[in-house]
Amino acid sequence: MSVAEIAPPATAPARVIRQAPPVHTEPPAVRIAIITVALVFLGLVIGLPLVSVFVQAFAKGWQTYVAALVDPDALAAIRLTLIVAAISVGLNLVFGLVASWAIAKFEFTGKSFLITLIDLPFSVSPVVAGLVFVLLFGSQGLIGPFLQANDIKIVFALPGIVLATVFVTFPFVARELIPLMQEQGTSEEEAAISLGASGLSTFFRVTLPNVKWALLYGVLLCNARAMGEFGAVSVVSGHIRGLTNTMPLQIEILYNEYQFAASFAVASLLALLALVTLCAKTILEKRLTREH
Amino acid sequence: MTIDVVGVSKRFKSFNALDNVSLHVRSGELVALLGPSGSGKTTLLRIIAGLDWPDAGEVRFDGEDALARTVRDRNVGFVFQHYALFRHLSVFENVAFGLRVRTGKDKVPDAAIRARVSELLELVQIDWLADRYPGQLSGGQRQRVALARALAISPRVLLLDEPFGALDAKVRKELRRWLRHLHEELPVTSLLVTHDQEEALELADRVVVMGHGRIEQVGTPAEVYENPATAFVHDFIGETLALPAEVRAGRLYAGDRPLALDSQGTADGPARLLARPHDVDFADPGDAPFAGRVLAVRTFGPVRRADIEIAGRDGPVVVEAAVPLQQDLATGGLIGLLPRKYRVFAASA
Ligand SMILES: Nc1ncnc2c1ncn2[C@@H]1O[C@H](COP(=O)(O)OP(=O)(O)OP(=O)(O)O)[C@@H](O)[C@H]1O
Ligand SMILES: [Mg+2]
Repeated sequence: MSVAEIAPPATAPARVIRQAPPVHTEPPAVRIAIITVALVFLGLVIGLPLVSVFVQAFAKGWQTYVAALVDPDALAAIRLTLIVAAISVGLNLVFGLVASWAIAKFEFTGKSFLITLIDLPFSVSPVVAGLVFVLLFGSQGLIGPFLQANDIKIVFALPGIVLATVFVTFPFVARELIPLMQEQGTSEEEAAISLGASGLSTFFRVTLPNVKWALLYGVLLCNARAMGEFGAVSVVSGHIRGLTNTMPLQIEILYNEYQFAASFAVASLLALLALVTLCAKTILEKRLTREH
Repeated sequence: MTIDVVGVSKRFKSFNALDNVSLHVRSGELVALLGPSGSGKTTLLRIIAGLDWPDAGEVRFDGEDALARTVRDRNVGFVFQHYALFRHLSVFENVAFGLRVRTGKDKVPDAAIRARVSELLELVQIDWLADRYPGQLSGGQRQRVALARALAISPRVLLLDEPFGALDAKVRKELRRWLRHLHEELPVTSLLVTHDQEEALELADRVVVMGHGRIEQVGTPAEVYENPATAFVHDFIGETLALPAEVRAGRLYAGDRPLALDSQGTADGPARLLARPHDVDFADPGDAPFAGRVLAVRTFGPVRRADIEIAGRDGPVVVEAAVPLQQDLATGGLIGLLPRKYRVFAASA
């Protein structure tokens, strides 16, 4: 799975913290040495591979690059990736909002359990997550026979891929929103209803605008991960060319068939997504810190 | 609109935040809820507004059951303890909020909203801040926005939770007068929470003193000050000089010495004699019912205070007495205290 790992950044969303002004105690030479080490390390581990993706993609010229991207299987993979990302981001947006709203604004039993559950995908290997879906919905699985009898296809089809992706990416939005909503408390909502607003209009006029930047930030990370997810999707997809291959899977197949230029051409799209995500993330982080 | 609270109780887990509270507020009155921190003032206000529900009891507006109505339908203006302004909306939109959320046949046309908001911003004297955001306002300005926002829905009941809590003494005084004036201009019944007794006494028609989730006394500021119903009220309202004593067979004793003071019908047992500091005279230690050693004397402008240590049942007690300017008082000397006007309460109360 070598190349497919050049996926967009899929780290856990860290809370944006306003930084205190730096206090320097080290002599300049030490500081420069430390910074150099960090930069060289970053360059070797992240910069070099990123550059090499583009170098490899264009190794056989423009024509090969374009041809690799307009190949029907590649196009199908791109289309599938976009569809899967759109559905899973949509679902996780709704789920993340509802879950964090419930957790931050209401008291109920089982709340801490729900918080733990939201973090589960971060601690489970994506391959295991994929396997769970196969064990549940596969032909040998728990409800496989029932699905077969009713002609419903989940595993090795779009629904399975979406399920696996949703599972892997569902912490991103919620994790971003919960701390912010908890910090904001419920007083503005109470003010809104005391002024005559309904529950729904309170949500759309007060709760949502107060978290909009954090929400966008969560969606961004969720999307990046959804498009780049390899492990879980690989298990449930079945690798049917032109049908159930997402971009990361397509890249791996091409690579294993020694079509390096084509493989890197598709990979360059994901790398590009990573760069765009990074820029958008930086801009959003600025906004978030400013609003705090 | 009259407000009736009848036998309201509220528990949080095992904690009794409100214990059988009953209160009648007359139409157009400004009543101050006064009590120490944690005495249940906010809880009572939230129940009246409909933001919390009581475990037992009734709330009536003009005789009608208010508990049957949700917050939305109670038409209550609530000014929150920490303002709770909408941080993402401008001052103008904050005030307009209550009008904007009206839909269907209650929908307010945009022009009417603009006119009303401008009028309110002028009323609270911050029309020049209309385009600012809450984060860019001072405490006093936020306070005015919160009030204008609550008034926008033309409430018949105005509930204010420590509206001046976060402000400095000078601004408080100014806003206090202004609020009193505003209350008189509007057809509104107001309930104001504060733990500043001066504020309550100066501003309100009547004062409700709360302690430990219960109403200790309701009365005009003068009644509550002159004639406290319980030791708690005496302690809490105004300054109190508390002297330890004991009632035996209907007579007051300090230690083993019988006192020539009235026990005021207090039951036998340990008692406390409470007086306002200015109602306690200094006298020769031999002639006075109480005597003690002067620990320190302080002077702030026209006021002089002395810490005096008196022997009590469970060891020495330090009281703070008001010292007339002409009185000579040496630190370390013995001095007698003679209460002219006082109240006697059982010590447990
Ligand atoms: N949601 C809650 N859960 C548990 N306990 C609560 C809750 N709300 C209030 N209490 C408790 O009820 C008591 C009364 O609280 P309340 O907020 O009414 O006090 P208050 O008189 O307004 O005090 P302050 O002057 O500090 O605002 C407090 O002891 C508080 O800890
Ligand atoms: Mg309070």
